Amino acid sequence: MDRFIQVLVDGWATGSLYGALAVAVVLIYRATGIVNFAQGELAMFSTFIAWGLMQAGLPLGLALLATLLLSLFGGMLIERIIIRPVEGGEVLTLVIVTLGLYILVNSLAGWIWGFGNRAFPSLFGDGSFDVAGATIPLESLGIVAVLIALVAILFAVFQRTKVGLAMRAVAMNPESSRLHGISVGRTLMIGWGVAALVGALAGALIAPRLFLDVNFMGAVLIYSFAAATLGGFDSPLGALIGGWIVGIAEGLAGTYVDFIGSDLKILVPLTVILVVLLFRPTGLFGSAEVARA
Amino acid sequence: MSSKRLRLLAWGVVLLLAILLPFFFNSYRVGQFTQAMALAIAVLGLNLLVGYSGQISLGHGAFFALGAYASAISIADLGVPYLLGLPIAGAVCAIAGFALGLPALRLRGLYLALVTLGVAIATPQIIKRADGLTGGTQGMTIEKITAPAWSGLADDQWLYFVTLVVTAVMFVLAAFLVRGRVGRALVAIRDNEIAARTMGVDLARFKTGTFAISAAFAGVGGALFTLPIGFLAPESFPLALSFAFLAAIVVGGLATIAGALFGALFIEFVPVYAADVDEALAGVIYGGVLILFMYLLPGGVMGLVRRISSKKATPRGTDDVQAGADDRPGGDAAGAGSGAARERVRAQ
Repeated sequence: MDRFIQVLVDGWATGSLYGALAVAVVLIYRATGIVNFAQGELAMFSTFIAWGLMQAGLPLGLALLATLLLSLFGGMLIERIIIRPVEGGEVLTLVIVTLGLYILVNSLAGWIWGFGNRAFPSLFGDGSFDVAGATIPLESLGIVAVLIALVAILFAVFQRTKVGLAMRAVAMNPESSRLHGISVGRTLMIGWGVAALVGALAGALIAPRLFLDVNFMGAVLIYSFAAATLGGFDSPLGALIGGWIVGIAEGLAGTYVDFIGSDLKILVPLTVILVVLLFRPTGLFGSAEVARA
Repeated sequence: MSSKRLRLLAWGVVLLLAILLPFFFNSYRVGQFTQAMALAIAVLGLNLLVGYSGQISLGHGAFFALGAYASAISIADLGVPYLLGLPIAGAVCAIAGFALGLPALRLRGLYLALVTLGVAIATPQIIKRADGLTGGTQGMTIEKITAPAWSGLADDQWLYFVTLVVTAVMFVLAAFLVRGRVGRALVAIRDNEIAARTMGVDLARFKTGTFAISAAFAGVGGALFTLPIGFLAPESFPLALSFAFLAAIVVGGLATIAGALFGALFIEFVPVYAADVDEALAGVIYGGVLILFMYLLPGGVMGLVRRISSKKATPRGTDDVQAGADDRPGGDAAGAGSGAARERVRAQ
């Protein structure tokens, strides 16, 4: 029983991390209808920047703050330069361009920082306490708290501010939004910027648990896609809850299903994606897409 | 000269060069060209799926791996002659491709990309886990192929010619496939599914069929690829391989047959030379090329060749219109980055 609770708590924290990256994926999907395959790699790059700033002597908090700002502008720049020319194009083109970005960012990071792995300090220290026989690291609680706060802020921004309203409008109908005087390009840039910022936060939260190297987000990406799919791809809250479900399912499957063990955990997100897409393509919280021929 | 004749002439020259090639290079280079041809078969298979039928797969490295292991296991464990390993690899992959094609019927565009990406990521793990068959992380070895005495060829030359023959057969098969009724049906599905169905194209049959054929091509490519190396391990089939295949079809040109050759040479030789500069350079080039080609040269190398030759060769050709009928749509699909495509999407 202790073990069961432990698995649940660990899965919850890990799932929050998947949810964090999934929120970034969802933000871009909502704004532009693009699934950004490079999201994980952008987060990895941001995390390396934070690491570099710390190597240069900045304390963790300050380095992270600077990284979040840099990521915000970096994301906007990427939208403007790389994504804008193909925005609204065919799916195949968009997939190829964001995959190109994936490979490019991954290799650039390898070029700059090499392929070795590094330790990344946790924001929340390494304290822990015991509840009902399970050890709960402070870090896990911190991660969950940060993520809940993040989703609450995003919800407030989307529902209560003019920028949020503009973003929803642009996602729904770019042409009409433009006619209403919304700068579509600028709104999309903001969307990518915020997504990159959220991704950077996700990277900084994940890195302490995994070790920082150029490929550390590769596997996380597929988990976060599973989380986003389960949550319905256009709901940040759905992405977070999807992340929790995927994280806990992964933990349970890895612990209690012998066939899966620790090697085949990767099958969990794959199965989730496949099952959700085949049987409930709108996920748990998504809105149905209406296609017109 | 008509464009059809010109095309046949070009293929003749390529074949002649390919036959002469192993007599002018050392065995190391010949081995690389052998691998490039094996890659070309897989790239061609992916192009049938992505370029012609418009279904995205980011996971063809998985079929490449499956083919390689299917052939290696039948050669090493079952004692099958190595030439028979190829059709076995093709058949196993066709079945697997058909199986993946079934859910693909309901998943389009992005979602299919997601699922196939997941398959590609899971592949090395699955190979490791199935260690009873695959030797796990230890990998497995196949006996070196030796040239029969009557041929008078060195071992690497023999293997080169075996690969050349198989490659030629696969290319001819693919060409017949896309130039005929099947090819037209695929392009129709890609360009407008509803219209295609209205015209009586059986969507499910063609889509799953293409998946199966495409996977079979990748499998045969994988089987041929490992023969000259004689060793395969989970690390031989990383995610990067699937990405390289995609880069190859973009470089060569979506929905072209000949493009697979350019694409395969690109992904065989770019890493070799890039590694001299930096380990990461090949990836930088792949990534940059994927993005830049989609902006500047959406038809790939073949699109460029075609643009140049159609200007020179046929000033007023009905022939060119004919060629356009079965070839041009590819350029169109690839041209999605252009303003015209964007307008089309917006207009819907």
